[in-house]
Amino acid sequence: MTPAAVNAAYAVVALPLAGFVANLVLGRRLGEPKAGWVGTLAATGAFAAALVAWVGALGQPSASRSFDLKVFTWFPVAGLHVNVGLLVDPLSLTMALFVTGVSAAIHLYSIGYMHRDPGFDRFFVYLNLFLFSMAVLVMADNFLFSFLGWEGVGFCSYGLIGFWFQREVAAVAAKKAFVTNRAGDMGFLLAMFLLFAHFGSLNYSAVLGGLVGGHPTGLLAGAPGAVPGTTATAITLLLFLGAVGKSAQLPLYMWLPDAMEGPTPISALIHAATMVTAGVYLMARVAPLLHYAHATAWVVACVGVSTAFLAATIACAQDDIKKALAYSTISQLGYMFLAVGVGDYTDGVFHMLTHAFFKALLFLGAGAVIHALADRQDMKQMGGLARYLPVTAVTFGAAWLAISGIPPFAGFWSKDAILASAWEMNKVLWAIGALTAALTAYYMSRQFALVFTGRARWAEARPTPGGALAGAGAAFAEGEAGAGHAASGPGLPPPPHLEARPRDPSWVMAAPLVVLAIASVLGGGINFPAWHLDFLSRFLHPLFPATGAVASTATKWALSVVTTILSLGGLAFGLATWRTAEHPVLEPSFLRRAWYIDDTVSAAVSGPVQALADGLAYVMDRRLVDGFVNGVAGLLATSGRALRRVQNGYVRSYAFGLSVGVIALLAYVAFRVGS
Amino acid sequence: MTIFAGTAGPGCTISNLVTSEAKVSGLCTAKGSLSIPVEYRSIAPVLILGVAALVLLVLSATLPKRRYPGLWAGLTALAGIATTVDGIVQWANLDNPANTALTVGGQVLYDHFSAFFAILFGCATTLGAAISDSYLSREALDGPEPYVLMLACSAGAVLMAEAAGLITLFLGLEVLSISLYTMTAYHRRRAASGEAGLKYFILGSFSSAVFIYGAALVYGATGSTQYFEIFQFLTGTVVVHDGVLLAGMALLVAGLGFKVAAVPFHFWAPDVYQGAPTPFVGYMAAVAKAAGFAGLLRALMLALPTQVSSWRPAIWVLAVASVLVGSVMALVQADLKRLLAYSSISQAGYVLIGLQAGTQAGWSAASFYLFTYLFMVVGTFAVVGLTQGRGEVRNDLGSIRGLGQRNPWLAGGMLVLLLAQAGVPLTSGFLGKWLVISAVIGKGQYELALIGMVGAAIAAFAYLRVALLMYVPAAPTPARPGQPRGEGGGEPAVAPTGPGAPSGLAEVAGDLEALATAGLGATATAVALRAPSTARLRVPRATAAAIAVCVAFTVFAGVSTPVLSLAHSIGLTWSL
Repeated sequence: MTPAAVNAAYAVVALPLAGFVANLVLGRRLGEPKAGWVGTLAATGAFAAALVAWVGALGQPSASRSFDLKVFTWFPVAGLHVNVGLLVDPLSLTMALFVTGVSAAIHLYSIGYMHRDPGFDRFFVYLNLFLFSMAVLVMADNFLFSFLGWEGVGFCSYGLIGFWFQREVAAVAAKKAFVTNRAGDMGFLLAMFLLFAHFGSLNYSAVLGGLVGGHPTGLLAGAPGAVPGTTATAITLLLFLGAVGKSAQLPLYMWLPDAMEGPTPISALIHAATMVTAGVYLMARVAPLLHYAHATAWVVACVGVSTAFLAATIACAQDDIKKALAYSTISQLGYMFLAVGVGDYTDGVFHMLTHAFFKALLFLGAGAVIHALADRQDMKQMGGLARYLPVTAVTFGAAWLAISGIPPFAGFWSKDAILASAWEMNKVLWAIGALTAALTAYYMSRQFALVFTGRARWAEARPTPGGALAGAGAAFAEGEAGAGHAASGPGLPPPPHLEARPRDPSWVMAAPLVVLAIASVLGGGINFPAWHLDFLSRFLHPLFPATGAVASTATKWALSVVTTILSLGGLAFGLATWRTAEHPVLEPSFLRRAWYIDDTVSAAVSGPVQALADGLAYVMDRRLVDGFVNGVAGLLATSGRALRRVQNGYVRSYAFGLSVGVIALLAYVAFRVGS
Repeated sequence: MTIFAGTAGPGCTISNLVTSEAKVSGLCTAKGSLSIPVEYRSIAPVLILGVAALVLLVLSATLPKRRYPGLWAGLTALAGIATTVDGIVQWANLDNPANTALTVGGQVLYDHFSAFFAILFGCATTLGAAISDSYLSREALDGPEPYVLMLACSAGAVLMAEAAGLITLFLGLEVLSISLYTMTAYHRRRAASGEAGLKYFILGSFSSAVFIYGAALVYGATGSTQYFEIFQFLTGTVVVHDGVLLAGMALLVAGLGFKVAAVPFHFWAPDVYQGAPTPFVGYMAAVAKAAGFAGLLRALMLALPTQVSSWRPAIWVLAVASVLVGSVMALVQADLKRLLAYSSISQAGYVLIGLQAGTQAGWSAASFYLFTYLFMVVGTFAVVGLTQGRGEVRNDLGSIRGLGQRNPWLAGGMLVLLLAQAGVPLTSGFLGKWLVISAVIGKGQYELALIGMVGAAIAAFAYLRVALLMYVPAAPTPARPGQPRGEGGGEPAVAPTGPGAPSGLAEVAGDLEALATAGLGATATAVALRAPSTARLRVPRATAAAIAVCVAFTVFAGVSTPVLSLAHSIGLTWSL
């Protein structure tokens, strides 16, 4: 790789760090909006650097695009040498490109979204720290350095979910996210211990090696059966536990819907596009190891597909615009794990990319809607917004079609490829996946219909004291409806809870929407399955072990037609049904309450677990541990006071003490004489 | 005749120049004449310091009688810098094996150990002079005399580190001690100062007598006072009746143990530290300790390594007693200088821990410890000298209260120094403790390592309390209803915290304050914690520079390795 590309790879990590430090030190002084521009500049610079590094890697032959750039030895302890270093290979470059790209767009959007927030500079401090951590996570050349980034993004996620920590819900949600993630992190840590115990190294290239012609190199390839199946299974299962926590899969998914308490750009960036995909990245990274662990592959596939289905059903009955998207994210992440589980790593990464585009767009669009309606999030109280927010509606629509799997939008290609691979592994996996695709199209259409079409429910009278005002609002809505195409009515009074009529956001927020919409429409082009346009597959190919059976072209066509019909069916049903807001039959309470899973867990935790924790804290810790510590302290203070009497200020007693010391020494040597 | 000298590589290489002359020990007298081969380069540090002292005296006698602000301190600091530079030059010269045969009639050793301690004492003199100037003019005590004493003291200290035999060691010891007695009593208008000087003198004479008696017994047992000859005698002879030798060794340990304030020879330290002029205490704590340990290391490692199984248990007991007694007693002190005195006793315990290991790792750890402790203790006492006010009116813990508001930079520096003494990572104090403890772990003495760590944990409370007090507001915060406060006269209570207790920043500050003030006797607390004025504390320029150097060095030596590698290349065995 050229020096420029190497430096660019460093810059991908260094620029966000520089932005973080700059905003940390100067953020308050810079204030709004300069702090935001500093952050955005850092993110954009990182994206540009990633592009340069990518171009540099493209200049190499496809089989040798892996570079381990060691910066320095982090800690050399006995047999453990951990470097701070970057691994530049197709996978890390792909990740870095989309992470920095989406991040740059969302940084820009945040300048508009966080306008007039008292914590404006703090927001960008976190945001840049997040981007730095994420870059470390995906570009580190060893497990431990990745883990640093892994924990860093976890911390930023905590800080940003609880960004408005004055609200108790937000603080609690942040805590929940952090604690749940810790449960997964334990798996990651244990996996690292096992890796070190077995391989004596934590370096990616050393342990996993590259893959030459589909055969692993590195320690894995040391000898036939260099890693016993059980060890590989244990390591990958533990890593998968970490991934389950980070990527909100069953059973550790509960934190993600709650995480929607954070500002919407955060939901878009961290809890949809980037951080939550870290688990998928990790599993793709250890693909060579996963190759030896069939049991884990099955577990991953099953967990993935059941999460996809379960979350999709829940998403069908959510009223909160962001909660619905959160469950949708969980569901889509399930698809990615399904891909990893069936050995189709490339399409897992492909779906990660397309999902990053359209899901970030959906969240940003939702943010624009929420902004326009003065922080209202209940979809049942929206409706008819397409007229007022044309840009938002069009871009949101593109994302909606993309996630629904309608050709030729981006989501179709990636989802279709995953389902085709699932078919080859197991028909049941495919069936559930296809059903989920239909559900996805349905709940997304429901969302689109509730928000952008139908009556303008947000303008209607609500049971509030100010009757006259509410009436005026209703009149306003009808007037608007009557005016039809004439959406602009500056003379009309705004609805009661709004300062002005809803409208599209300013350009800083709109530009990212447009960019992401283009990506959502055309994103499939990066891995088009015909005419040698499968760029991503060819780019990533040297990295992943060859999967077993590949579906024949005819099968693929047939499957595509079936899933597309399913998706279109879901889409049509959703759109047709949800032009009005009340369909209790379609929203049974077990779906509204998310299968009661969260409630059950809460009950369990607040019951026996809480009692245990109380016991440990107030009995064990306070009485026993503190009692012991305080007792020791008391003993020391008492003995100190007793010893003080010796120090009475008289030279004679000091001389006496000295003499005692000398005599004691002499007595000791007398005892030793001749020995 | 045996003339020996010089070092090369890690240990001392001995060139035995055996002549037909009769064996002469002590003063090297050639036949018929008194001709002593003198190589001035080997004693250059002593000469620089001694000549500087004389220059100061002559200048003060010849210059017109008026005040010369900064002149004496400046000259002293210059001499200190010259000594340091000379030590570095010596160190560099020692890389050349041709320079290792330099000596003064076999009475001094010219090796890395000497050079290391010459650098140490040079630094101590410079810093000591820098922090004394403003103190002495504040107390209207300025004049050349204290600086002459300081220079003489440093010369004695260097001599102790260079000594090749017990007699030279004793010579250095006395030069050092007598200067220190006078410096202790130097504050003429302060009764405590005179009293401390007298105590120090009486007890010091006592210990000097013990030391010289020990030297005599060792001479009686081995026929020499020169380290190398003692060593040769003991390696070549099986001493069946070793009572005299062991008694001599015990008395040597006791005499030098007094200088380094090891328990149970520490009784003088709190009283002297409390009474002596504060900047001198910083200087004394650094120099007397380092010199005493330099002598002890030389005597035990060079003369008596064969008796290691006899002296190790004795040093072990002294080390443990020093660490524990020093730490525990520091907890209950209400006087800042006394607290630091006990802390320095406990620090001496750590050096003893390294010493008793008797290994390369042990003595380099001890040397590193002494070198870094110099900067910590001088800096700390410089700060104390600033907060105590004119006439040393406030030496209690409360005098440092609110320093964070009165001068944040000074408080920050003090914080670093206190944390270093507590052994917090990223400071040289941590590295020093870590080195001594790893040295004894290398010997398999896990119990001693454990005691050392426990002692550090105990002492940490004393340091952290001072650190905390700096950031407790100088103006007393209103006590919460129903909770008597320490300074209110009642028994101080640690505020109860529980699930029901309100939380908030103010409350946390209150709790820290309660914690900082807890544990002192009620009456002592009442006086000791009254806050000083809130006026901004001005720091004289030279003192500020000295404190800055101390803090910077403490961090520098804690995060980088140059000092460490210096200490690692000190050799202390004869490689024959």
